[in-house]
Amino acid sequence: MGYIEKNIKDIREDFPILSRPGFIYLDSAATSQKPFVVLEKMDWVYKNLNANVHRGIYKIAEDITEEYERSRKEISGFINASESEIVFTRNTTESINLAAYMLLQKLKRGDRIVTTLLEHHSNFLPWKKIAKIAGLNLELVKVTSEALIDEEDFEKKIENAKVVAFTHVSNVAGTIVDVKRLARKAKERGAFVLIDGAQATPHMKVDVSNLAVDFYVFSGHKMLGPTGIGVLYGKKDLLEELEPPFTGGEMVKEVHKDGQSWNDVPWKFEPGTPNYVGSIGLAEAVRYIKKIGIDQIETYEKKLSEYLLENVGNIKGLRYAGPKNNRAALLAFEIKGVHPHDVAAYLDMKGIAVRSGWHCAQPLQEELGFSNGTTRASLYFYNTFSEIDKLRTALEELVNIV
Amino acid sequence: MSYFFYENVMDHYKNPRNKGKPDSYDTEYGDSNPTCGDNVKIYIKIEANRIKKIGFEGNGCALSMASASLMTEMVDGESLDNALKISEKDLMNELGIKELGPNRIKCVALPVKVLKMAIISYISKQNS
Repeated sequence: MGYIEKNIKDIREDFPILSRPGFIYLDSAATSQKPFVVLEKMDWVYKNLNANVHRGIYKIAEDITEEYERSRKEISGFINASESEIVFTRNTTESINLAAYMLLQKLKRGDRIVTTLLEHHSNFLPWKKIAKIAGLNLELVKVTSEALIDEEDFEKKIENAKVVAFTHVSNVAGTIVDVKRLARKAKERGAFVLIDGAQATPHMKVDVSNLAVDFYVFSGHKMLGPTGIGVLYGKKDLLEELEPPFTGGEMVKEVHKDGQSWNDVPWKFEPGTPNYVGSIGLAEAVRYIKKIGIDQIETYEKKLSEYLLENVGNIKGLRYAGPKNNRAALLAFEIKGVHPHDVAAYLDMKGIAVRSGWHCAQPLQEELGFSNGTTRASLYFYNTFSEIDKLRTALEELVNIV
Repeated sequence: MSYFFYENVMDHYKNPRNKGKPDSYDTEYGDSNPTCGDNVKIYIKIEANRIKKIGFEGNGCALSMASASLMTEMVDGESLDNALKISEKDLMNELGIKELGPNRIKCVALPVKVLKMAIISYISKQNS
């Protein structure tokens, strides 16, 4: 037994919401629950250290600034980047939008952007938007029936592409993409490469120094942190070269009537008062994950994922999205003759929280033939095998009713 | 209690009344709920300001489809004025549901909205 299996009871007690009687939370791909340490840290900061960062010269203003920048260091270390490469945003969606507007200055009419059919809407719509603004061509790489990236099509489309953006882990199909290999291929063709890591950083070791990427983006709230804090990792040289798309306070050194000089990276991309308490909360979440061990999390979730597939994936009349192996610990499925919302409503009655609908990936689900969307159970390291058993029992009951 | 155990809901869901597009109709309207993707389209044949025939097409959860089916039964043969008075609450009463959360009430509200828009668009065409 690994560390998590041995300590699962104590781990669950770290999360206040998990003590709700009869509550089974299987919606961590939407957002994760938060441990006491994160909540207490943020509470403590607001009660004891609250002042605007990078401004006052009084004691707590300096202390909070130091704490804020320490959080950047903690988070940069988690993905093996340097502090100046971590731009704080609100979430993954904002990170991708920001990257798209940053890259806009490098693109000209007729240039090609490539993304894939595997994406969350947030790694599709921002590119569509800038394509429209600048007259760029956007192309989508096909996926196979198992929701793997069609590599032949990928090779063809990345030829002469200026931007290549794709996900690390699919939020619907659970596909784990070989980003190391595919990013290198795109980089070798000279494209700017962005990886959507929203469903990866909470669950597996990510080392950006080992990836041929220009941008890597993720959200805090899916990895035990608070809502409203996200990260845009960008290669330092590129960040230094690019102009900030958004301007205002905090991101500037000097402003005169006839000119100004931008702040250094990463601050020049963070206009306005930042969500410093969110950053500090996220850093505390990272410390908690490190204490459990990201490798332990990955190993344990692999077992959960296999157990989920073996016990829920084979229910009569159930069809799931995605590959048969090497998947994230989530399962999006449809049950013949039952609308996904009805499945979710039935599970809710049993105290089981799942998501139903399009999961912000309508093109993918339509491509895979889920015309009404799916119901999705998504797990994190605080979930247990017995919760999967309860999910199976409830689904079998439902199949018998309808 | 979940709506799965309301007999009326499951009855209308499994055996929908007035499902399908009538051969002829005077007004139609369709809409969807953006959050869940439920969609309903209503067709009405009207004679002397009364609903002569009504049909619906749609796709969605049991609650939205049962509501649409029941609603067509309730307004069939009614005057347009009376049909415009129908509310979510009436459908819930008829289905035997006392309470619904803010997300699920939308499933009942969709067919009501679609019915009213179909009638209003007919009336405004008559008046123009």
